[in-house]
Amino acid sequence: MADSEPTIRYSERAGTPVLEVGGTWTVFTIRGIARKAEEARRKVGKRAAGVVDASKLERLDTAGALEILRLANAAEGAKIEVKTGQEGHASVFEVVQSHMAPTPDAKHENWITHWLEEVGASVLHISQQVVSLCAFFGEILVISLQACLQPRRFRITAVIRQMYEVWIKALPIVGVLCFLIGVVIAYQGVQQLKQFGAETFTVEAVGIGMFRELGVLLTAIIVAGRSGSAFTAQIGTMQVNQEVDAMRTIGLNPIEWLVMPRIAALVISMPLLAFWGDMTGIVGGAVACTFYLDFSFVQFFDRLRDQVPPWHFYIGMIKAPVFGLIIAAIGCYEGLQVKGSAESVGQLTTRSVVEAIFCVIVLDAVFSIIFLLAEV
Amino acid sequence: MMEVLEGGQLTDHSDGRDVVLKLRDVRTQFGDNVIHDKLDLDVFRGEILGLVGGSGTGKSVLLRTIIGLNDLRGGSIEMLGVDTRKVSGKEERALQGRTGVQFQDGALFSSLTVEENIMLPIREHAGLDEATMRGIAALKIALVGLPADTGHKKPSELSGGMRKRASLARALALDPELLFLDEPTAGLDPIGAAHYDDLVKNLQKSLGLTILMVTHDLDSLTAACDRIAVLLDKRVVVGTMEELLVYEDDWVKDYFHGPRGRAARHE
Repeated sequence: MADSEPTIRYSERAGTPVLEVGGTWTVFTIRGIARKAEEARRKVGKRAAGVVDASKLERLDTAGALEILRLANAAEGAKIEVKTGQEGHASVFEVVQSHMAPTPDAKHENWITHWLEEVGASVLHISQQVVSLCAFFGEILVISLQACLQPRRFRITAVIRQMYEVWIKALPIVGVLCFLIGVVIAYQGVQQLKQFGAETFTVEAVGIGMFRELGVLLTAIIVAGRSGSAFTAQIGTMQVNQEVDAMRTIGLNPIEWLVMPRIAALVISMPLLAFWGDMTGIVGGAVACTFYLDFSFVQFFDRLRDQVPPWHFYIGMIKAPVFGLIIAAIGCYEGLQVKGSAESVGQLTTRSVVEAIFCVIVLDAVFSIIFLLAEV
Repeated sequence: MMEVLEGGQLTDHSDGRDVVLKLRDVRTQFGDNVIHDKLDLDVFRGEILGLVGGSGTGKSVLLRTIIGLNDLRGGSIEMLGVDTRKVSGKEERALQGRTGVQFQDGALFSSLTVEENIMLPIREHAGLDEATMRGIAALKIALVGLPADTGHKKPSELSGGMRKRASLARALALDPELLFLDEPTAGLDPIGAAHYDDLVKNLQKSLGLTILMVTHDLDSLTAACDRIAVLLDKRVVVGTMEELLVYEDDWVKDYFHGPRGRAARHE
């Protein structure tokens, strides 16, 4: 079915300007009609009255009717009457006429006020965020204290289920990545230290590096991307489905039921995962040393035992549960912030991962200072 | 089951109108579960046809099959004179431009404002300039009875009833000849639902639409629909309200003669 082009013809009948519209005026054909309409309107000029004759129209829909009525209305000062032919077209014109809105003007704003408004809004937003985050941590604290007093309220099955997700299922990926990082450090260590004949110090580099920083940091980043995002998405989807509201009405506290098991699971799982990461990293280093350093495993581990004091390992293990707490808390908090739509779940999941990794790295720096002052 | 005429009709309702949607021998199934079998249905130009049926008889499945979201396992569907089994990509696009669908929960795109939601099909199919599209969007928003400032809102900021109206506005974006509505009044309060029925009826009259409406709302059936299609035993029976009131079937009797059915007819 080929539609005919929409046409506008200008003529004069007994002194009154007449715009005769014809052809097909539908949403599919009116592309570029605005220019033709503009031309026709100029011809009408500032005449007192005029007629738009729509009796020769073939097909018409609301979009076409809207354009024709615009054409009629926009002639400056002129009172233009629309004549219609077919019955069906008349009712379309009538419907469109009665629902037409004046074309809204584009809003022009001073860019300085706009900028100030943006800054103000974000300052307000951040301060609200800080307050609600504090409230959230307060609530977690209260509920964990209550759980200590009434161990019955500690949802052990939920915690174990979450631990399966965040610990057992994360073992392969954490193991592989830490192993590879161990290999890389050992290889780079050998290459660089060989230049001044100190390549045996590679063992210290791998040991201290993995135990103190990399094992736990790498694990935390993987967990933030894997479990922190999952927490936000799970709780956020429940929020969208009003499941969280439903829990509240049944008298179940979402913090107690959704947040606490996740936080507990991650606080327990993080040291376990970090330990696993440390071990695979060391093995990676040892394997690399057998290739590049001609060390046997026994030599590697002898030197590790003699040269790397256990405190480096303890420091990593002290950091792990704190990182776990921060990742889980941020993940759950952002999940509870989800409002309304699926889009919001996506946004907050992204935000939760970015915030969690940011906080982990900042906290790691804080720990470095603390341990530096404590001289360990 | 009583004998029916062509297209599942109890008596001939065609009245010289052409058929815009023609289903013949339609069969849908999921696994071994046959939902519709040998289903015939005719929808005439300019009518509002209500589709009813008990839970699990596949009202929504039938609607999804017609609009091409489910696979057709047998039979044929002819929509606006085009056999949907044999369409080329281009014809299918043209067909999409001539039909509109309102989903049950609106299915508005949550990342776009209402205005952008309405402009999306126009941009995709007609490619008009921004200002014209804005004008059309504003018109459609007014047509479905929403306040003008709704256009700048996100779907999540609207109430359920407003979302349904906004979704109808999007379905009307291209002035479709054939409109499909899935439970348009479900979840609305009685006043809102009555307004909605009036709205649909008025739009149908003034724009000459053909509407197929899946509904459970007996008030809608009496107020808005010209004919009613009942899903029975994997097929449909189509009749006017008067014809169905005397139709011999247990489900149909329960449905139309139950307390709610009587109330809807003000008996």
